[in-house]
Amino acid sequence: MANELILLDTWVSPFGMRVRIALREKGIKFEYKEEDLTNKSDLLLKMNPIHKKIPVLIHNGKPVRESGIIVQYVDEVWHDKAPLLPSEPYPRAQARFWADFVDKKIYDTGRKIWTTKGDEQKSATEEFIGYLKTLEAELGDKPYFGGEKLGYVDVTMIPFYSWFHAYEVSGNFSIESNCPKLMAWAKRCMQHESVSKTLPDPKKVYEFILQLKKRLGIE
Amino acid sequence: MAEEVILLDTWVSPFGMRARIALAEKGIKHEHREEDLGNKSDLLLKMNPIHKTIPVLIHNGKPVCESNNIVQYLDEVWPDKSPLLPSDPYLRGQARFWADFVDRKVFDAGRKVWATKGEEQKSLMEEFIGHLKTLEAELDGKLYFGGEKMGYVDVTMVPIYSWFHAYEVSGNFSFESHCPKLVAWAERCMQHDSVSKALPSPEKVYQYVLQLRKRLGIE
Repeated sequence: MANELILLDTWVSPFGMRVRIALREKGIKFEYKEEDLTNKSDLLLKMNPIHKKIPVLIHNGKPVRESGIIVQYVDEVWHDKAPLLPSEPYPRAQARFWADFVDKKIYDTGRKIWTTKGDEQKSATEEFIGYLKTLEAELGDKPYFGGEKLGYVDVTMIPFYSWFHAYEVSGNFSIESNCPKLMAWAKRCMQHESVSKTLPDPKKVYEFILQLKKRLGIE
Repeated sequence: MAEEVILLDTWVSPFGMRARIALAEKGIKHEHREEDLGNKSDLLLKMNPIHKTIPVLIHNGKPVCESNNIVQYLDEVWPDKSPLLPSDPYLRGQARFWADFVDRKVFDAGRKVWATKGEEQKSLMEEFIGHLKTLEAELDGKLYFGGEKMGYVDVTMVPIYSWFHAYEVSGNFSFESHCPKLVAWAERCMQHDSVSKALPSPEKVYQYVLQLRKRLGIE
């Protein structure tokens, strides 16, 4: 049976980007559908009635939801090309641990940077930098979190690189000066087409955040 | 090499219970060490420096952290006895989705209930029950979330059953009247030694909660 793959997504979502990178790394053809989250499609509501969120990967009519779960699913079904998770259980558990760390810490703290100001923002910025430094320490001297090649943790974290500019301008700080090794890692990832074709222009992300702040009534 | 398995845990943690159930289901010999979270052991701080939380599984000296990660790791290293995750990638994605729902919705709402009172608590309790009803719908006449046998989602969810009595007394309601099928499912799980031995007495949990609320200055 021919594989029919549809990805419900939005251009700016770091979670959606993870899935796009994984699919592109593996050379998997898919149909991309841009969702308007203020006017969700019937298909999205039908395929993800519980959370009503993107990304959703629809494989031969069956939905897979939650970005980390989707990436693992794609890695298991198309395991021969560009494997993302290690084959051994222990390194695989380590990869899941760090992906979970990124999920729990990076997005929420990053969000605080552009939704708050004053002391609260300063505190969020410091916390954010702390987490990036923790990741930097985990990276060590490896070219990628996955070792010699892009792996699960790289795919999980690299989408946030397109949001770095927005965080930096909002919080008035420089990620490069705080975490040069992490920036070097990010630029290394961007050499991969799967990543550079997926990540949007950081300036566009910043404009998006400005619009979003207006809509949310945040100044 | 003989397998050395140590579990750092606390008796009342639903997260620790997950690991205990999985270890027991698979008949894995291990040493259980009770941590005092007010005075964490050097071993815990060394094995989980990032989060400093339990449970931590130490397998031949190497740590695995985060309860769902531990359960998946155990399932991968000891796949023959009581497999918990399905072998089919799509079904595995579904199991991971529901385990994630348990973590992000059920456990999260349940935890917040203890830090509040009055109207706020009532509202959180309603949210909590709503999530339980969603799970009940997912169970949909099956014996277990895993089908004919207990699986990953059952192991993830059943620990909270030991906290039901505490919720019922605090909130002055009955789970049986809201989600009878879920209660029946939990009692079915409790027929398994692996579960009944891992879950503490509901009365002890209730006493613990009373102490906790005193400590948080809520009662």
